[in-house]
Amino acid sequence: MTLRAALAILRKDLAIELRTRQSVPAMVLFSVTVFVLFHFGLDRDELDGPLASGVLWVTLLLATVLAVNRLFASEREDGALEGILLAPIDRTSVYLAKAAALFLYLVVFELVALPAFAILLLGPNLLDAFPALLAILLLADVGLAALGALVAGLAAETRARDLIVPLLLLPLLVPLLISAAKASQPLLALQPRAHELGKWLGFLALYDLVFVLLAVAVFDFLLED
Amino acid sequence: MYGKGLRTLSIATVLVMGAAATLTFFYAPLDADQGVIQKIFYLHVPLAIVALCGFIAGGVFAIQQLRTGGREWDMRSYVAIHLSLVLAVGALITGSIWARASWGHWWEWNEPVLVSFLIVFLLYCCYQPLRFSISDPERQARYASVFAVAAGAFVPINFAAVRMATAHVHPRVFGTTTGGMPTRMWETFLVALLGMALLFITLWKTELTAKSSREQLNRLRRRLAPETDEAAPPLAGHEAEQPPTEPVPAH
Repeated sequence: MTLRAALAILRKDLAIELRTRQSVPAMVLFSVTVFVLFHFGLDRDELDGPLASGVLWVTLLLATVLAVNRLFASEREDGALEGILLAPIDRTSVYLAKAAALFLYLVVFELVALPAFAILLLGPNLLDAFPALLAILLLADVGLAALGALVAGLAAETRARDLIVPLLLLPLLVPLLISAAKASQPLLALQPRAHELGKWLGFLALYDLVFVLLAVAVFDFLLED
Repeated sequence: MYGKGLRTLSIATVLVMGAAATLTFFYAPLDADQGVIQKIFYLHVPLAIVALCGFIAGGVFAIQQLRTGGREWDMRSYVAIHLSLVLAVGALITGSIWARASWGHWWEWNEPVLVSFLIVFLLYCCYQPLRFSISDPERQARYASVFAVAAGAFVPINFAAVRMATAHVHPRVFGTTTGGMPTRMWETFLVALLGMALLFITLWKTELTAKSSREQLNRLRRRLAPETDEAAPPLAGHEAEQPPTEPVPAH
């Protein structure tokens, strides 16, 4: 029941995104702009190792903020959230749908942003890093989606929404950034190799688990009126 | 309702903190490497420990708030977090001074405790902006509690991540290669920690007393003269914006 309701809300969100094309194109454009900014800001044509990994992950995190800001946009208009809350469904399904939508946005966004990064800035060949990098990205996306949907819910009813989201979300994502960036560093080096990959993937999985469970436990309280 | 025992507690706090200061300067031995600057340890570490415990306590009170829906738990959580923020500023400043004196830099990225403390501090700095941008008092309590629970869970995870990412280069006062601190340092430290914890509890109780009596006063005033509300412009104007139980955070 919860899952069916969540799927219905998710379908609605994806339909809106497909027709209006708001979040994902904005994230892609933003990330390419940030890559250009880093090119001039660092004055480097090609990056590798820690620098490449840092630029990539900071850009992905900042682009996530854009999507999180828009996540409840359709619900805020015309009292649509009250409509959902009137339906006899579990409130957790709203959270699951929003987190799943954010996860899908992130995956599609990365499908474009990663090649763009490889073309514009990355020195070593991206394909060498690939299977391991894919695992890191997927685990990180789960964490980004779990926390992003929670923070979007927290900020949705506040007055200074656009300020609250980045200020709240980015510190919460620091552990994720640490592990994802540390795990990607050796993969994006000039001689790609996997160094301490298991340790960081394990930490990412733990982080995901804790915040998914926590968000599912507390999200109901955000929609309780 | 929070005022009970406040006087005894205040006196105990003054005594223990006075004892801690005396022990720090006259009983604890001088550190062989760092000299007199090491004395800041008896201020810095208790500040940091009590601030972190205050953040965690804020999370525990917030869980109670979410479970019972009682506004008083939200007040407890709010006051604990905002006092911890004040202590955290103190901990960051004293830590910075200590770092400058003993390592020569105002900031040390290789020190996992310091770095994770900064991240936790940045996160909690968001608590009040979030809280005061929600006008409905009941919703404010719930949202603040959800934040406090999530942030409380974040503290240990963040600490683990930063620690894993840092190469350990500074085994310090605790657990040095020669085998830990001398007993006299430990004793002084424990007294200082107790003093800081008592100070925190005293301040917490004082502020809760002030808040609850102000709330009571507002209630009585409204019951006495419902029409005079408009006659008192500063109060009436203020209350239209914000719930009467929520004063501007007093730092």
